[in-house]
Amino acid sequence: MSHSQIKETDFEPIHYEQSDAERIAGESTSFWKDAWRRFKQNKLAIIGIIVILLLTIMSLTGTMISGQNYSDNDLLNANQSPSLEHWFGTDHLGRDLFARTWYGARISLFIGLMAAFLDLIIGVIWGTIAGYLGGRVDEYMMRIADILSGVPYLLVVILLMVIMPAGLWTLIIAMTITGWIGMARIVRGEVLKLKAEEFVMASRSLGASTTRIISKHLIPNALGAILVTLTLTIPTAIFTEAFLSFLGLGVPAPKASWGTMTSDALSSLRYYPYQLFFPAFFICLTMLAFNVVGDGMRDALDPKDRR
Amino acid sequence: MFKYILKRVGFIFISLFFIVTITFFLMQAAPGGPFTSERKVPPKIEEQLNEAYGLDEPLIIQYKDYLVNIVKWDFGPSFKQKGQSVNDIINRSFKYSLILGFEAIFLALSVGVFLGVLAALYHNKFGDYAAMIFAVLGISVPSFILAAVLQYTFAFKLGLFPIAKFDSFMHSILPAVALATTPLAFIARLMRASMLEVLNSDYIKTAKAKGLSSRVTIYRHGIRNAILPVVSYLGPLVTAILTGSFIIEKIFAIPGLGNEFVESITNRDYTVIMGTTVFFSILLLFSILIVDIIYGLIDPRIKITGSKGDQ
Repeated sequence: MSHSQIKETDFEPIHYEQSDAERIAGESTSFWKDAWRRFKQNKLAIIGIIVILLLTIMSLTGTMISGQNYSDNDLLNANQSPSLEHWFGTDHLGRDLFARTWYGARISLFIGLMAAFLDLIIGVIWGTIAGYLGGRVDEYMMRIADILSGVPYLLVVILLMVIMPAGLWTLIIAMTITGWIGMARIVRGEVLKLKAEEFVMASRSLGASTTRIISKHLIPNALGAILVTLTLTIPTAIFTEAFLSFLGLGVPAPKASWGTMTSDALSSLRYYPYQLFFPAFFICLTMLAFNVVGDGMRDALDPKDRR
Repeated sequence: MFKYILKRVGFIFISLFFIVTITFFLMQAAPGGPFTSERKVPPKIEEQLNEAYGLDEPLIIQYKDYLVNIVKWDFGPSFKQKGQSVNDIINRSFKYSLILGFEAIFLALSVGVFLGVLAALYHNKFGDYAAMIFAVLGISVPSFILAAVLQYTFAFKLGLFPIAKFDSFMHSILPAVALATTPLAFIARLMRASMLEVLNSDYIKTAKAKGLSSRVTIYRHGIRNAILPVVSYLGPLVTAILTGSFIIEKIFAIPGLGNEFVESITNRDYTVIMGTTVFFSILLLFSILIVDIIYGLIDPRIKITGSKGDQ
């Protein structure tokens, strides 16, 4: 029976300092890092981001790849099926559909992003003022928004498009006139909720100015909700553009957008269904990508609602 | 309750007043007069035309006349369709839109709620994923593209349905499906989220704990509570169906009001544009009011008069 030798040194206290208990073992993480980690787990959303990036790149370079112009008529080669020369075929005026599709992508994405951006600016300013000031001002500002949104969005846009000269910016302005209301409501709700929280009170009692509270505390904390709304506004804008172009109120010829291409293709759908396929496919793909990314962002930024 | 409805109706009239005013002045600002055409009308005749339609009056008188006529439910004559008043056009075409609209709403509600409940009951299983993939696709595919694809495959290629027009029930199926899909997908997602929330709540656990069958738990305690957000979506649903009908009716050549509206835009028939806009707005504002009243009636948490007792 042999005991292991117990030495004097075994009874010495191990080195310990009070501060060790406070040491943070893991890497510290911020709200945005956390959100990004959650977002990365959503494979669909990552695919959506990649698709959006590819579409953006193609919309900028796609018109140059095939060596065809988007607006050149070539009546001898009208309504050609996809071939080596015309990758997506040609339309009823012999215009190259590959070039038109990517030129249309540029217009559709530009309108979508621009309308969403203007909605963002107006909505955030309107919502912040209404939510922060509250009371009478809030009531009047939101009443105006209510009256504006009482008329259906598309009806207003259509009326405006009827009286304004056709063009890209007309389309964007018409879409912004009622489009900002959704954003304003979201921002107002967030600001109302946030301004009652302790950290805002603490900041104010430390003497922070209104501008500082708004720019440093309210808007950054509402950014999650703003971003999600923004991402989901873009597909709506792209849809509205396509819808209006389809009614003949969109971008004027020879400019192409996916909506006008769909509309053109529909009249000869029986004979040349491929003409509908490409613009329709890319509208759906773009809307799908933005919707999926928007959903992923909502799940990542708002962990309470996660299911 | 009565006071609430009165207040809402008052608000509707204020909104309508703004809408009528804005459409009136927008249409006045539109380029070109109602009798502008390729063929020049002799000035004498144009004068007489203007006089006949009251267009020689000052703008403010015209505006007042228009307001008075709207109150009398008279939207004036059409400038492009000879001998037709806007009222005639609405009376003639609205019934088609109404049938199509109700069919689409019914479809969107029944299938949407069903899919949502299915997804919630099979949460994170195959049924859930299938229903939600369908919902995301439904939201992402614009109605007019779906309409074109349906028309091409089912009517033209397979010959299962009539291609266009609106004469029988078979005619209405494809347009109703095209019109209903996007709102259907929204409803499915809404229903799934709210059903999941309800299924995790304490009263469902209580119901299960006291030994109620899963059928009773799901139907009586689950769906009845979970359906409330869907009811509040009915207002936007009516809007979506109505604006969606513009294009769907055009694609399927249905002689409904949406088609007339699109037609009047293409023809720049200003009185018809104005009249249908006002008519659509009245329709929408009142259907949203009705939806809100229904919501107040069915939400068990909003009790208007005393307790209703157990049902």
